[in-house]
Amino acid sequence: MNRFDYVRPATVPEAVAAASAPGAAFLAAGTNLLDLMKGGVARPSRLIDLGRLPGLDEIESLPDGGVRIGALVRNADLAHHPEFARRFPAVAEALLSGASPQLRNAATVGGNLLQRTRCAYFYDTASACNKRAPGSGCDARGGENRLHAVLGWSEHCIATHPSDFCVPLAALDAAVEIEGAAGRREVPLEAFHRLPGDAPERESVLAPGELITAVRLPGEAAEFAAHARYVKLRERTSYAFAVVSAAAALRLDGERIAEARIALGGVALKPWRARAAEAALAGARPGADAFRRAAEAALADAKPSGDNGFKIELARRIVVRALTLAAAGTPGRVPALPASPFAPTSGAAPHA
Amino acid sequence: MSLSITLTINGAERTVALDDPRVTLLDLLRERLDLTGTKKGCDRGQCGACTVLIDGRRVNACLALAVSHDGADILTIEGLARGGELHPVQAAFIAHDGFQCGFCTLGQIMSAVGLIAEGQAGDDPERVREGMSGNLCRCGAYAGITEAVLDAQRVLNEAGREQAA
Ligand SMILES: Cc1cc2nc3c(=O)[nH]c(=O)nc-3n(C[C@H](O)[C@H](O)[C@H](O)COP(=O)(O)OP(=O)(O)OC[C@H]3O[C@@H](n4cnc5c(N)ncnc54)[C@H](O)[C@@H]3O)c2cc1C
Ligand code: SF4
Ligand code: FES
Ligand code: FES
Repeated sequence: MNRFDYVRPATVPEAVAAASAPGAAFLAAGTNLLDLMKGGVARPSRLIDLGRLPGLDEIESLPDGGVRIGALVRNADLAHHPEFARRFPAVAEALLSGASPQLRNAATVGGNLLQRTRCAYFYDTASACNKRAPGSGCDARGGENRLHAVLGWSEHCIATHPSDFCVPLAALDAAVEIEGAAGRREVPLEAFHRLPGDAPERESVLAPGELITAVRLPGEAAEFAAHARYVKLRERTSYAFAVVSAAAALRLDGERIAEARIALGGVALKPWRARAAEAALAGARPGADAFRRAAEAALADAKPSGDNGFKIELARRIVVRALTLAAAGTPGRVPALPASPFAPTSGAAPHA
Repeated sequence: MSLSITLTINGAERTVALDDPRVTLLDLLRERLDLTGTKKGCDRGQCGACTVLIDGRRVNACLALAVSHDGADILTIEGLARGGELHPVQAAFIAHDGFQCGFCTLGQIMSAVGLIAEGQAGDDPERVREGMSGNLCRCGAYAGITEAVLDAQRVLNEAGREQAA
C-alpha cells in the first residue's frame, strides 16, 4: 500500500474541500478501496475518511412515500430495516445476495455504488488495462473474459459493474444526491455510471471531489412491493459476484401487467435498465410467453465481447426466472438463500 | 505523522500511538498488541479468518483501517471465554467437531457470535449456512460448524430466557 495523508473531516463541506486536492479519495468502510490499495491498483495520496460525517447514516421516509438513504448507511442495516424491506423487497434481497455478512455490516451505500470492476486484469498491475492505466490497452480482450460484458462495451473496455444493490435501484428509478464545491445536484441512478466508450477510466458522472450524500427511491417504487424479486446466478451458492443477475418488479391490474420494471446486473459496466423489455410487458398477461418476449427484447442488442456468448442466453433465462418469481408474489421474508436461482419455491433445501 | 487512537479491546482500554495510518485493525491486533488469535488468511476480505466484532458487529479486520475505528469497542477470540469457562459457541465447536486444522476456527466462532446476536437465522440450518457463508473452511468442517452454531444458539437463548425469568 502506498503512503497517504489521513484526513477525518467533521462536516460535508470540509470533506468536499479536502477532496479537491489531486490524488485525494474518499474512504467509506474501505472494503473495496483498501483491497485495491493493497494491490497497488489504487494509489491515493490523501484519504478522506467519511466515517464521522454527521447525518449521512439515516434512513428517512419521505412525504411522497419514498425513502432517502444516507450514503453512510451500512448495507446490512438497510437490508434488515423492516419498513424498508417491506416497501422495497427486491432491493433488500439484492443487498443480502451480495458479499458476506461481515462485509455487509461494514460496506456503505455510497461505497457500494462506486465499487470498482472485478475484471482480473484491472486488479493485476502487470496487465494492460485502459481503466487503470488509460491508453495501455485491454488484456481482457483475447484473455480470460467469460464473465465480461455483453452489453454496452467498447473496444477499450469490456468490464462489468459488480454491484447487486444498483440493479433494483436502476429498475426502481432511484436518484443519487451529490454534493460538490459547486453545490448540490442530483442524478438518476440509471445515468450515474458511465459506459466505457473511449474513456473507461471515467466511471461515473461525479466530478473530482464530489461526494454522494444519499440515494433516494420515489414513492412509486413501493407500488411494486407485492411483486418484486432479484435473481442472481453465481458460480457458487453464496459469497460470489453475479455471473448474471436481474431485478424484476410488476404492478398488476387484475389479470394484466400494468407496469413492469426490469434491470440486469453483470452484463455491462453499469446496471442495465431494460426499457424495451418493460414496454413489451405493459398490458400483457403474465406468463411464460410474455416473459420470454420481454427477455428477447432485453438482450436484443447483446453481443459477446469474448468467450462469453453463453451469458446472453443465460441472461434471457434469468430475466424470465425473475419475472416468473415476481409474478408469483414477493415472499413474506427474504428467502434463506437470497436471490438464488436454486432456492426452493417450497419445501426442503435442494443442496448440502 | 503520529496518530494516537484509543480502543476498548476485550473490555480493556488501550491507547496506541500509530506511526502510520496504513495499519489495518488486523495488523494492529496481531503485530502490535500480540493478539494473534485473530488470523490472517487472504488479507482481502475473501475468507473471514480475521473476523472480529466492532461495536458488537462482525466485520473483516483485514479491510478496516485501525485509525478509522478510534474509540471503538473490539471483541476478539481472546475476550470470549469467561475466566476458565468457554463461551457457549466455543464449547459447541468442540462438542460438534466444528474444525480440523483450526485455522479458520476463531473467525468461524466470532462470526457465529455475531450471527446469533443478529438474530436473523433462527433454527433454519439453511439460514445458518448462508449466515456463515463469509467464513471459508479449507478443511470442509461445514457440517459440524452448522450444528455447533445451531446448538450454541439454543444454549444462549435458553440462558437468555432463564435470565429474563
Ligand atoms: C470478497 C468480496 C466479495 C464481494 N461480493 C460482492 C457482491 O457479491 N455483490 C456486491 O454488490 N458487492 C460485493 N462486494 C463489494 C462490496 O459491496 C463493496 O466493497 C462495498 O459496497 C464498498 O463499500 P465501502 O463502504 O467499503 O466503500 P469503500 O471501499 O470505502 O469505497 C469504494 C469507493 O467508493 C468511493 N466512495 C465511498 N463512499 C463515497 C461517497 N459517499 N461519495 C463519493 N465516493 C465514495 C471511494 O472513494 C472508493 O472509490 C464484495 C467485496 C468483497 C471484498
Ligand atoms: S476489460 Fe476494462 S477493466 Fe478489464 S482489462 Fe480491459 S480495460 Fe481494464
Ligand atoms: S483475512 Fe480478512 S477476510 Fe481473509
Ligand atoms: S478447520 Fe481447517 S480451515 Fe477450517
